[in-house]
Amino acid sequence: MTSTQKRLEYRMMFKQNVEKRLLVDKIVRIIVFSCVIIAIIPLGSILAEIFKNGTAAISYEFLTATPGAIGTGEGGIGPAIQGTLIIIGMSSLIGIPIGVLSGVFLSEFGENRLAQIVRFFNDVFMEFPSIVLGIFAFLIIVLVLGHFSIWAGAFALSLIMFPIIARTTEESLKMVPMTYREAGLSLGLRRWVITMRIVLASAKSGLITGILLSVARIGGETAPLIMTILGSSQFFHSFDAPMDALPLRIWRLSLLPYDSAQLQGWGSAMVLIIIILAINIGVRYFFLRKRGSGMFSRLIRQKILGGKR
Amino acid sequence: MTALSIRPQEVEANRDSVFKPEVIDEKYKMIAENVTVTYGGIPAIKNVSMKFKERTVTALIGPSGCGKTTFLRCLNRMHDMIKSAKVVGKVTIDGIDLYSKDIDPIYHRRKVGMVFQKPNPFPTMSIYDNVTAGLRLNGVRDRKILDEIVEDSLKMAYLWDEVKNDLKKPALELSGGQQQRVCIARALAIQPEVLLMDEPASALDPIATQKIEETITELKKEFTIIIVTHNMQQAVRVSDYTGFMYLGDLIEFRETKKLFTDPKNELTAKYVQGQFG
Repeated sequence: MTSTQKRLEYRMMFKQNVEKRLLVDKIVRIIVFSCVIIAIIPLGSILAEIFKNGTAAISYEFLTATPGAIGTGEGGIGPAIQGTLIIIGMSSLIGIPIGVLSGVFLSEFGENRLAQIVRFFNDVFMEFPSIVLGIFAFLIIVLVLGHFSIWAGAFALSLIMFPIIARTTEESLKMVPMTYREAGLSLGLRRWVITMRIVLASAKSGLITGILLSVARIGGETAPLIMTILGSSQFFHSFDAPMDALPLRIWRLSLLPYDSAQLQGWGSAMVLIIIILAINIGVRYFFLRKRGSGMFSRLIRQKILGGKR
Repeated sequence: MTALSIRPQEVEANRDSVFKPEVIDEKYKMIAENVTVTYGGIPAIKNVSMKFKERTVTALIGPSGCGKTTFLRCLNRMHDMIKSAKVVGKVTIDGIDLYSKDIDPIYHRRKVGMVFQKPNPFPTMSIYDNVTAGLRLNGVRDRKILDEIVEDSLKMAYLWDEVKNDLKKPALELSGGQQQRVCIARALAIQPEVLLMDEPASALDPIATQKIEETITELKKEFTIIIVTHNMQQAVRVSDYTGFMYLGDLIEFRETKKLFTDPKNELTAKYVQGQFG
């Protein structure tokens, strides 16, 4: 035991340098705030620039029409919007189930050699340059079928998607305390029932964050799309044909030396950002509202329904 | 066949066809023989043998880290999930060896309910869904049966009066003591024959503790209960038999009254008198 004398000395010691500690606290706080601001400035200025330049391009025709003749400033990006939505949807249909299930495998049954290998390749995959995945899809689908197609694009983008989802799923499932699984076991439930009905449900918010991250990522991918869906100026007519997408359209428009094309490019970028934002907010609201943690659901509970569910 | 499509009756039928009961000792519900558990080669409990009579409460006491919980988890094959844990020995329930190779532990776990040290209601489910989880996720769909079992289980857990009007409320919005009673109700809802309780009152205030002890005394009429506790008074209050464990060994196992008033072993005597622990 520490003697009373010693204890008094220690107490004095802790009291001595209060001012110095407060100063350190202040400095750290300033550094943290400056870092946040430094991080926000580029992000904010990009958004501001896009909205400043893009708003002028927006019109009903711009959002719905097919592209007009080059340099005239006529026509719109209708097919590109449609193509982006289709390609995000299709890639999600392929990428989400594969990603989530691999994540489940890695987290719930992942203590063996096979899982270690899968985890390693998953991580490598996540770091792959997207153009390589585009070339891969080009080689095994476009060359085999003999033409560019939505299938190939969705395949390439789902390859980008599923390692991200697998990793985030694994991480968020690992956050679910063991004790819930044990409670499930003690009720005589099978492992897969526990995993699907209890563990996945508990990790829902992490899962959705991972999925949305990957959607945002593929929403802006350009390189793999050049190799797979090529681009087009017509509305959708077949999964087996080339299609346009917003990143492709932005890329093409920004290469053109006309002011009108540049304007349309800014407009397309703005539309893409709004689409990604809308998907994010929409999905979060739809899937997470029941937990009552979201802003909207709290408002609904408190104001509109008067505290009742 | 998937787990979801199995009905309780089928489970019952299945059990008879798959498992060949050995000689059933009518008096004892569960028997543990020479159970040793090692975690990564280091023994946590050594050669523990205990017999649990039907419709009695057995308490396991002992200082922290003596292996009470480890032993309790053996009775339910809870160590299956932990890779480093290895269980040697024999645990029988109604004469059937729980650790025999050709046995699916799932059928046994449906016979044995478990309440954990910390309340662990499923976080995404309501009170109603928590209590019925074991049934619903095993394929019981009949709303009438579920409603009846929810009321019955919650009454047994002394929680019904407090929650009967908002069964749809998320279980996590309840207080700690209420959550623990939800977990007890959840364990009772699968209609177990044995109830394992791992310090069910350790996180509770005196009033909730008292309620849970009342529950245990009430449940004794129908279930065989094995309870781990740090609280010796609690062991005296609720149990018929008490086992004292120390450093992984079962030191003494007798009727509660005798163990506390006339301990045979010196260690037991010291422990129950509060000289160490």
